[in-house]
Amino acid sequence: MTHDTVKRLNVVGLIITIITVLCAILWTFPLYWGIISSLKPEDEVVRPYIELWPDTLTFSHYVDALTKTQIGAWYINSIVTALGITVLTVGSSLLCGYAISQLHFPLRRPLWWLILGSFMVPLQTLIINHFELIARLGLLNTWAGIILPQLIHPVVIIVYKQFFDSVPKDFREAAAMDNASEWRILTRIYIPMNWGVTTALSIVTFIWSWNAFLWPFLAVTRTEMMTITVGITQVSDAFGVYYARELAAAVLAGLPVAIAYLIFQRRVTQAITLSAGIKG
Amino acid sequence: MLKNRRHEALIALTLVAPFVAIYGLVFIYPTIKMFILSFTDAPLIGDGEYVGFDNYTRLLRDRRFDTALWNTFYFVALSVVPGTFIAMAISLGINRLKGRLQAFVLALFFLPYILPVSVVFTIWDWTLNFQFGVAMHVFDLLGIDRVPVFKSSAWFMPAVALITVWWTCGFSILLFLAGLRAIPVEIYEAASLDNTSRWQVFRRITWPLLNPITALVMTIQLILQLKIFDQVYLFSTGGRMNDNLVLVLYVFQRAFQSNQGGRAAAVAVVLFLLVIIVSVLNFQLARLSGSRDR
Repeated sequence: MTHDTVKRLNVVGLIITIITVLCAILWTFPLYWGIISSLKPEDEVVRPYIELWPDTLTFSHYVDALTKTQIGAWYINSIVTALGITVLTVGSSLLCGYAISQLHFPLRRPLWWLILGSFMVPLQTLIINHFELIARLGLLNTWAGIILPQLIHPVVIIVYKQFFDSVPKDFREAAAMDNASEWRILTRIYIPMNWGVTTALSIVTFIWSWNAFLWPFLAVTRTEMMTITVGITQVSDAFGVYYARELAAAVLAGLPVAIAYLIFQRRVTQAITLSAGIKG
Repeated sequence: MLKNRRHEALIALTLVAPFVAIYGLVFIYPTIKMFILSFTDAPLIGDGEYVGFDNYTRLLRDRRFDTALWNTFYFVALSVVPGTFIAMAISLGINRLKGRLQAFVLALFFLPYILPVSVVFTIWDWTLNFQFGVAMHVFDLLGIDRVPVFKSSAWFMPAVALITVWWTCGFSILLFLAGLRAIPVEIYEAASLDNTSRWQVFRRITWPLLNPITALVMTIQLILQLKIFDQVYLFSTGGRMNDNLVLVLYVFQRAFQSNQGGRAAAVAVVLFLLVIIVSVLNFQLARLSGSRDR
């Protein structure tokens, strides 16, 4: 390899790197622009040229969004329902995944096939019957009504089974020698050995639930029962054409998940690759 | 021994009970009901008469169903293949970076994926706003005529597809990065000894070794985009919803706006079968090509 080709390759490499970084900045620009616009006074927002930094920085739109809409209630609804979905999904999937992975019982295989099959089913097609079910149960406009149809996350149980399958059998045999009960084996060996997976799955389930749109949008008609994801799209009329306020409300809605992602970046990445069937 | 096994089964059944109860109530029951409903003329809530295949035969002559079906395919074509290759290109770029810079750039590309659809909607509605949107200022600078993007039927689907790619690309990027990291370094080292060009390395090594991941990303995207609703609905409000119909949106319209549960269920069944067929076909193809990545 001559000196020249080495140099040429490095130049090409450098150019690719620069392009990648520039693309990343361009990619995030709409987000930046949305946030910056939400911090500008309303007359500055509609100026007919691009202004990358506000002349006067103002938080008044955030104050307006917090005081003039029911965003506080939406936050609570989102937190309660997303937590509820996370705890119920992860909890029930953990127990069931453990049983399928470690225990013998009748109908074990059909149950597993059902779970794998449900992975393919487009849940959006069930909205009519979910609505009918929740309406008959009298749960429209309630937290339970928002939560129930969102408890179908076959990915969680599939990942759990994989991980429980890969726990060495020696642990189980040793515990069985000590006459440990099944519950003890689960809570003292299998759960502690897989805390990482549980954390990862819980975080993404929470983010998915926080972001869910279609079902919460159908299940709730009363403004004060909306989740924040739905709420911010339903009240833009109440603002008139105050773009900056809408953006401020959007920033408030996205902030919790964005922060959760930035804190748990590695876990989120792990869970996402796992959910696609790649063992990370 | 027999007692032990019965004991084990009893414990197992207790453990699976919560899951089975949830699945029975919100998955199996609604799925069966959907099929039954599609053969009746029932409203959204309440009972109806059995009408045989009427709801299905009507779909054949239903122009709005046609629009919904074709728009769905159009959207899939606009988003799946371009989205996959954009994600691949980005992940190749990210994979070259090291340490903190890599983590930072990855986070920038991934961030949109983590946001709720309504936030994505608000931000892009603002970015592409006809009067004040920053994209229109750029259009002015480039001498392109401004377009009311979401009010024009020619621009609507491409724009929503672009936004969807922007929103969901982070997911595909993660999968590609995992794939790239699984390629042994030794292969690249051997190639560099042979003085192979950058393009050759990509063509002969990276591309073929990434094939299973490319197929996986495309399948996931395909199935995901067949079920599109949120973005199309949000960007259509105040616009021309009937021109922008996609399948789930049509189910929503029939059921929740026209109060025709039976007819809506027939559309839902079509989409249900469509997605299942695609999933099964893909599974079989993956098995035939010997990839065991799923």
